[in-house]
Amino acid sequence: MVASLRRVIALMGKEFLALLKDKKGRFVLIGPPIIQLMVFGYAASFDLNHVPYAIYNEDGGSASRQLVARFEGAPPFDAATIVHDDAQIQPLIDDKQVLLVVHIGPQFSRQLALGESAHVQLIVDGRNSNTALIILGYASSIVQSFNTGRLVTSGSSGPPAHISMRAWFNPNLQSRWFLIPGIAGLITLVVTMMVVSLSVAREREQGTFDQLMVTPLRPFEILLGKALPGFIIGMLESTLVILIAVFWFNIPLLSSPLVLYSGIALFLLSAIGIGLMISSLSLTQQQGFLGAFLFIVPSILLSGFATPIENMPHAVQMITLIDPMRYFMIILRGVFLEGAGFSILLPQFWPLAVIGFVCMSLATWLFRHRMV
Amino acid sequence: MTAITEHVAVLRGVEKSFMAGKRPAPALCRVDAVIRPGCVTGLIGPDGAGKTTLMRMLAGLIRPDAGSIAVLGRDMAVESQQVQQQLGYMPQRFGLYEDLSVQENLDLYADLQCVPHEARRERYAELMHMTGLAPFTGRLAGQLSGGMKQKLGLACTLVRSPSLLLLDEPTAGVDPVSRRELWEIVYRQVEEADMSVLCSTAYLDEAERCENLLLLHQGRLIGQGSPAEFSGRMQGRVWSVGLGGETRRGLQQRLVREASVLDALIQGESVRLVMHEGHAPADEAWSKDLQVQAVQPRFEDAFISLLGGVGAILPDAAQQMAQVHPGDGPVIEVKGLSRSFGKFMAVKGIDFHVRRGEVFGLLGANGAGKSTTFRMLCGLLPASSGSLTVAGVDLREAPASARGRIGYMSQRFSLYGTLSVRENLRFFSSAYGLSGKARGARIDWAFERFDLHDVADTASNDLSLGYKQRLAMAAALLHEPDILFLDEPTSGVDPLARREFWQRINMLAGQGVTVLVTTHFMEEAEYCDRLVIMAEGAILASGTPQQIKQSVAGSGKPSQSMEDAFIALIRREEV
Repeated sequence: MVASLRRVIALMGKEFLALLKDKKGRFVLIGPPIIQLMVFGYAASFDLNHVPYAIYNEDGGSASRQLVARFEGAPPFDAATIVHDDAQIQPLIDDKQVLLVVHIGPQFSRQLALGESAHVQLIVDGRNSNTALIILGYASSIVQSFNTGRLVTSGSSGPPAHISMRAWFNPNLQSRWFLIPGIAGLITLVVTMMVVSLSVAREREQGTFDQLMVTPLRPFEILLGKALPGFIIGMLESTLVILIAVFWFNIPLLSSPLVLYSGIALFLLSAIGIGLMISSLSLTQQQGFLGAFLFIVPSILLSGFATPIENMPHAVQMITLIDPMRYFMIILRGVFLEGAGFSILLPQFWPLAVIGFVCMSLATWLFRHRMV
Repeated sequence: MTAITEHVAVLRGVEKSFMAGKRPAPALCRVDAVIRPGCVTGLIGPDGAGKTTLMRMLAGLIRPDAGSIAVLGRDMAVESQQVQQQLGYMPQRFGLYEDLSVQENLDLYADLQCVPHEARRERYAELMHMTGLAPFTGRLAGQLSGGMKQKLGLACTLVRSPSLLLLDEPTAGVDPVSRRELWEIVYRQVEEADMSVLCSTAYLDEAERCENLLLLHQGRLIGQGSPAEFSGRMQGRVWSVGLGGETRRGLQQRLVREASVLDALIQGESVRLVMHEGHAPADEAWSKDLQVQAVQPRFEDAFISLLGGVGAILPDAAQQMAQVHPGDGPVIEVKGLSRSFGKFMAVKGIDFHVRRGEVFGLLGANGAGKSTTFRMLCGLLPASSGSLTVAGVDLREAPASARGRIGYMSQRFSLYGTLSVRENLRFFSSAYGLSGKARGARIDWAFERFDLHDVADTASNDLSLGYKQRLAMAAALLHEPDILFLDEPTSGVDPLARREFWQRINMLAGQGVTVLVTTHFMEEAEYCDRLVIMAEGAILASGTPQQIKQSVAGSGKPSQSMEDAFIALIRREEV
């Protein structure tokens, strides 16, 4: 038992040395995580800022000027130009100079003054449907507040039903809060998979695997000696990302770290198991690399990292049930934003544990049977 | 300028260095040489001597850092394009397209070299006849044997008859029969087409086949001349010593330690001695009771002499106690062992056994099944049928602790490249369950015995091949195994390192370690106590080297080489 432990520790020591002495190995651990975190933290956002728009005001009355002023004062909108003619609208949108044109008809102020309802036309660039919907949302909330303002100044008590909105968990609806916990999961997955799936393949490629097999090291000890460094590196990697998320991007971490790390540990079990499976199936590092990506890309797409699982067709939703990333995403967002505890996250923990156990068992089996 | 027209190639003060990590490593140092027309010039030297660099420069693929090269009367610095049209170059790994047939490969190279269509038919027929590939023109190149691939590569190079043919180790890793055939083809080109040939090789016995030799060592040209000139200088320094009741190994080990002896090799039932200049066995006290006979020197003797010989390796004082006599009973037993990969039978029911303290050789060409046999013995590959035991157990099923008794060294010297020498030794000692003081002592022993102090902190990737071999062997011996498995342990290693290696093996065998070794160097078979020769998965012959040589000699020509015996056996099998 002691001898066995000593051999495993020796193998682990060798794994760390081999990884850290190699310049490329060190870079893989530090470079991509930081770059990805920065790219997603700053560049990837669902929020819209600086939306260029044009005003086509045919009216000129005070009511229309008030409405225009409300658009000018709204933070997400940047006035790009003023339109005086119908024919100007098309080229503006075609060339993407503006995403929105606010068209106020010539009778706008007069109709309002008469107590009638008037029309405001919003022309939106619909090529990116997602963006278009968000712009429409912003614009209609501006028009709505304009309506409320007019009702109040005219002495009425406002519209019969008043919307009072509060977003729970993410009060300012910053998409960064949603994305960065997900990124922590993504980076943990990628780095752990790379480290583990290349480790056995590298030995096969260089012929040292045979050398290992003829030592008294048992297959299980070799497996353990390969899995544990992956586990430790995965833990350190996720810690690094979480620290940056909390202290650099100021994402709140509401749950106890214990819940968070339990989730990470269970998830790493799956990531390492799959990495080891790929590793024992591939003969060269290149195969290991390709194998890892073959798993990583679909597992991220199916995890709900960017697109909600609820929007996927039913059959695809079924497939996501075997994706460990799916559960990990919910756990991460739960511990960061919701402050969820063990009892709330139990429905995520147990499938993750089952998947991890199955992956590790399969990896052990493959490892024993692919030794030839 | 007359020199340029007389010679096929002239090199003047050629230098070249490559970057190895951060510091420049010289590949060639002030090389002055000439290549004569109409003959075969051999470029001889160990791995890493600069042979390939020189070849590539002559082919105009790289430029020298300094000095000038003229090939076929043209300066390579200005007119390499024109020279390349008259040049045939076959690199070590010739670019055959494995998914194309033999004929398609030929067509492709004929197209690439702009051979006119009308001339092709005749040339193809000639080449196919010469290489013996005529029956296989439809076969995919990937499905040819190693020797046939080399022959096809040569045929593709010769598809447009060049004036100068550059061959970079065409015989490396090729079985002895194919090696002979390759040389016959090369000679035919010289005689019939008046071609000039420069051929590099790591096999010293092939040097004797060349008319002129260039000797490279560590990037320097250390000799130039005909084989006879080289061996002529050794006249009177080479002797054969009869055993006179001693074991071959005992006598060899005793003699190699004598100050006046430069080199001592086991050869058949005698030991071949090369004396230092000015010494003769008759003057020495140790020769008193020995039968000493002057023999004809060969090129290899001169080569070793030029390189300064190998120092003797002293045995471990502590371990000398454990003297064991061979023949205590079988340590390795193999009965009816077979292995198939799909339909292909790699090993076809072989039987042999190895006794304790024996050096046992597994010989054969590439693809003969020796590596498969070897892997089965080590427990790396399950047998399809038959039984095998190593120290009484099958390593594949035995508990892991049984593997602690064997040492294993593969032909690629499997080391962890980014780890330093010390880290490699630390890891392997722990993997074999050594710890604490015992571990420290064995690591110190490895540094001491294998002279690794200078490279202790060098990453093993940056070591020379000779050092890699030493480190791999040290790693395999850290746990003091009873049985040592060595898979082509000397491939690619220079003759000096090979001698040193065999001294160590001899010493281990003397201490009772059983050694199983595979090799394709036929002369190394002489060092084995017993051996089997394998071909196409079956055993062709087994016994002591002497028995095997006698079994094919017939009329009794005892001094023939192991290679002759091997070829005779293969030819007999084919008939």
